[in-house]
Amino acid sequence: MDVLLDIFASANFWAAAIRIATPLIFGVLGALICERAGVLNLGIEGIFVAGAMAGWLAVYLGAGLWGGVLIAALAGALFGLLHAFLTVILGLSQHVSGIGITLLATSASYFTYRTTLPDVSSPPRIAPFQPIAVPGLSDLPFIGPALFQQTLLTWLALVLVAIVAFVLYRTPLGLAIRAVGDNPASVEAQGLSVRGLRIGAVVIGSALMALGGAFLTMSAFDAFFFGMVNGRGWICIALVVFASWQPGKALLGALLFGAFDAFQIRLQAEIGQVVPGQVFLMMPYLLSILALVLVARKADYPRALLQPWTKGQRH
Amino acid sequence: MTDPAILLSLDNITKRFGALVANDAISLDLRESEILALLGENGAGKTTLMNILFGHYVQDEGLVRVRSNGGDMNSLPPGSPGAALAAGVGMVHQHFTLAENLSGLDNIRLGTEPLLSLGRRAMARTRIKSIIAESGLEVDLDRRVADLTVGEKQRIEILKALYRDARVLILDEPTAVLTPQEAEGLFVVLRRLAANGLGVIFISHKLGEVLAVSHRIMVLRGGKKAGELTAAQADRRAIADLMVGKAVAEVTRTPGSIGKALLEFDDVCLGKPSTRTALSHVSFKLRAGEIVALAGISGNGQTTIAALLSGLAVPDSGTLRLDGQPMTRTSPRRLVEAGFARMPEDRQHDGVVGTMSVAENIAIEDVRSPELSRFGFLNRNAMQTRAQSAIAAYDVRCPGPDAEARLLSGGNVQKLILARVLEREPRIILANQPTRGLDIGAQAEVHRRILAARDRGAAVLVISEDLDELFALADRFLVIHAGEVVEAGPADALDRATIGLLMAGQSHTTEPLAQ
Ligand SMILES: Nc1ncnc2c1ncn2[C@@H]1O[C@H](COP(=O)(O)OP(=O)(O)O)[C@@H](O)[C@H]1O
Ligand SMILES: [Mg+2]
Repeated sequence: MDVLLDIFASANFWAAAIRIATPLIFGVLGALICERAGVLNLGIEGIFVAGAMAGWLAVYLGAGLWGGVLIAALAGALFGLLHAFLTVILGLSQHVSGIGITLLATSASYFTYRTTLPDVSSPPRIAPFQPIAVPGLSDLPFIGPALFQQTLLTWLALVLVAIVAFVLYRTPLGLAIRAVGDNPASVEAQGLSVRGLRIGAVVIGSALMALGGAFLTMSAFDAFFFGMVNGRGWICIALVVFASWQPGKALLGALLFGAFDAFQIRLQAEIGQVVPGQVFLMMPYLLSILALVLVARKADYPRALLQPWTKGQRH
Repeated sequence: MTDPAILLSLDNITKRFGALVANDAISLDLRESEILALLGENGAGKTTLMNILFGHYVQDEGLVRVRSNGGDMNSLPPGSPGAALAAGVGMVHQHFTLAENLSGLDNIRLGTEPLLSLGRRAMARTRIKSIIAESGLEVDLDRRVADLTVGEKQRIEILKALYRDARVLILDEPTAVLTPQEAEGLFVVLRRLAANGLGVIFISHKLGEVLAVSHRIMVLRGGKKAGELTAAQADRRAIADLMVGKAVAEVTRTPGSIGKALLEFDDVCLGKPSTRTALSHVSFKLRAGEIVALAGISGNGQTTIAALLSGLAVPDSGTLRLDGQPMTRTSPRRLVEAGFARMPEDRQHDGVVGTMSVAENIAIEDVRSPELSRFGFLNRNAMQTRAQSAIAAYDVRCPGPDAEARLLSGGNVQKLILARVLEREPRIILANQPTRGLDIGAQAEVHRRILAARDRGAAVLVISEDLDELFALADRFLVIHAGEVVEAGPADALDRATIGLLMAGQSHTTEPLAQ
C-alpha cells in the first residue's frame, strides 16, 4: 500500500501522466472530429507515424520547431485528404481505407527516413521543445511541477480541447458537423454540402492526429525510432467511444490512460522483480478495454458513422 | 379580377431511372396563396417531381422556374437544394431530414448562418418564436429532436422552411404519419399560411383530405400528368378514375362454393393470459373456398394468430389441424411446403429483404424447387424468367427484376408478395392488413387477387382493422377480443354495429343496451 501512496503522492507521477496523455489528446480530438462528421478514420495509427517522422525530419533539416509542427500537420492533412477521397467521394469502406492509410503512411514514413538518412546507424537527435517554467506558478508544491513543467505542445493540446469543444457546440460550423454525422440528409436539405463538411472534418482531424505523432519526436523524445507510435492511435479510437464523442470527456479519458501508464511504469520499478514486465505493459490496455465495456454499450454513436452519402439516394 | 401571381412553374420535367420514366414531361404552375394538391397512386412520381424541384434529383429534361423578388421568373440550376432554398422553395420531406441529436432550434438554424462565425442563436430564437406565434406551429425549440413526437418533428420541418422566408412550401405526404387530429391541425396551419400569400404544394394519395384542404388538384399517374381540376369541380369518383386511369372497377364478390375444413384451431392457448399477445381457448375452422374475416381492435391477439399461421409460434396447449391431422413441429418452411401463404402485416420489413433484388425476393420461398435450383445451386436464368412474368402478371412497377426491393413503393411491395405467394397456388392464405397504406388502385387489385384465390378453392383468413375492407371480402366473420375469438356468423347477416360491439368485448348473446 505504501508503494501506491508514494506513487500517487509524487508530482513526477502526475507530470508523467500528463506527458503520456498529450499525444493521446491530439489523437482523440482528431478522431472525434472525423467521427462526429460520420467518418471513422483508422488511418490514425499511420498518421501518427507520419506526423512523428515529418515533424522530426523537418526540424532535423533546419525548419525550426514550429516549422516542424506545421509540416507534421500538413503530412497528416494529406493522408486525411486521401482517406476523405476514398471514403467520402468514392464511398468505399471506411474500415478498409483506414487500415490501408495506416499501412501506407507507416511504410512511407520509414521509407522516407531510410532514403533521406541512408548512412546513419543510431537515430540522429534534434533539440526538442523544452518545458516552460512559468515563474512563480512552477514553484507551487505538487501542482507546479505536474502542470507547469510541460512543453508548449502539451499546452497546445489542452487549448485545442477547449477550441474543439467551443467550435462543436457554439458555432454554426460545429452545428453542421454534428448534423452531418447524425443525418446527412438534414444538412443537404438545408443547402450545405455533405461532402465538403466531411472532407473538411477528416482533413482537420487528421492534421491533429499527426500533431500527436509530432509530440513524440519533438517533445517526449528527440529522435525518430521505428515502432515508436506503438498502438497509441488505436488507443485513441477506443478513447473516442469512451468519451461518447465529447471533447471534455476525451481529455479525461486521455488523462486517465496517461495515469494508468505512468502508474504501470512506476509499479514495475517497485515490484518488477516479482511480476514479469509484460503484465504491466498490458495493464493500460486491459483497463481501457474494461472501461469501454462499461461505457460503450450505452454509447450514443453518431448515427451516420460509417455510412457513405450519395446525392440523390433514396432517404 | 386578375389571378394572383405565379410563384413557380415547372416546364416539361422528365426524369428516368434506368428504363423507368418516373416523370414524363410534366408541367405545373403554382400561384400565390394557392394550395395545390399533387395526387396520385404510390409510385406515380410525386416525390420524384418534388425532389427535382428542390434539387435533390437532377432532371433529364425540363426547367424549374421560380419568381424572384423582382417579379421575373428565374430558372433554378438543377441539383442544388441550396439554390432552391435561396429562391424561396421549402420542402418537408416524406421522411424527415432532421438531425436527431440537435435541438429543434439548431435544426432550424442549420445552414442559415455563415459557418465560420459565432452564429446568431439568440436572434434566431426570437425570430422563430414570432413565426410560431404567427403560424400556430407550437413546438418546444430546446428539446432534442429525437425526443419529439412525429407531429412535432413535422412542425420543426415547416418552421425550417418558414424561417428561410419560403414563398413556396412543399409537403410530401404530410398526413401519412399523423393522427387524424394532428392532420386537422396541420390543415388549419396550411390554410392560414396560404392566406398570408404562401404557395403550398401538398402531396397525398388520400382523396378525402385532398378535397378538404386544396384549391386545385393535379393528378399524376404512371409518371404522367393525368388531369388537373379545381377543388370545386372535383368529385371523388372522377378523381379516383383519373388516379387509376381506368374507371375503378368495383370489386364484386360472388358467393363462393364452400368446401371442407382445411385448417382447424382447436382450443388453442398461447402466452400469459391478459397480455396483449395472448390467446385463450381459440377454436375456429377455415374452409376451402371461404374468406374469413378476423375483426378486432389491434393488440387483441391478432399478431399471435398470424404468428401461428406463419410457423413462427406453436400453441402452449390445444391443437392446430391441417386436413384433420394435428400439425406438429411447424416452421415457416414446413408451412410453405404444406401450402400456406402469408402476407405479413409489416410488408416492407417482414415481407421482403430490402437489399435483395425483386427477382430474388420473388424466388425466396421457393428456392429449393427443382425449377429454381439444382444440387443447391441457384438457376439465375429461371429466377429472372419467373420474375419477369410475375412483374408483368401482377403489374409490379419497378425498374426491373434486378432492382433492389427497398426501392419499391408499398403497393408494389405488396404486389410482389402476392406474386410470390399466389403463384404457388396456396391452399391456406393469411392476409394480414393486406391493403394498409395502399392507394385505391392497388387496394382493388389486392382484393381482386384474394377473391380469385378463394374462387380457386383456397381458405383465406383476412386480418384487418378496416371494417369496410372486411365487408368487401369476407364470407364469414370472426371477432377477436382480449385473446378470445368468437364466431360472429355469415357476413350477409351482420352489420357494422354488431361487429363493433363484439370488438369492444360485448358478448354475442347479450342484447345491445337499449336506449
Ligand atoms: N432513386 C431512385 N432509384 C430508382 N428508382 C426510383 C428512385 N426514386 C424513385 N424511383 C421510382 O420512381 C417511381 C416513382 O416514385 P416516387 O416518385 O417515389 O412515387 P410517389 O412519390 O408518387 O409514390 C417509382 O416506381 C420508384 O420505384
Ligand atoms: Mg412518395
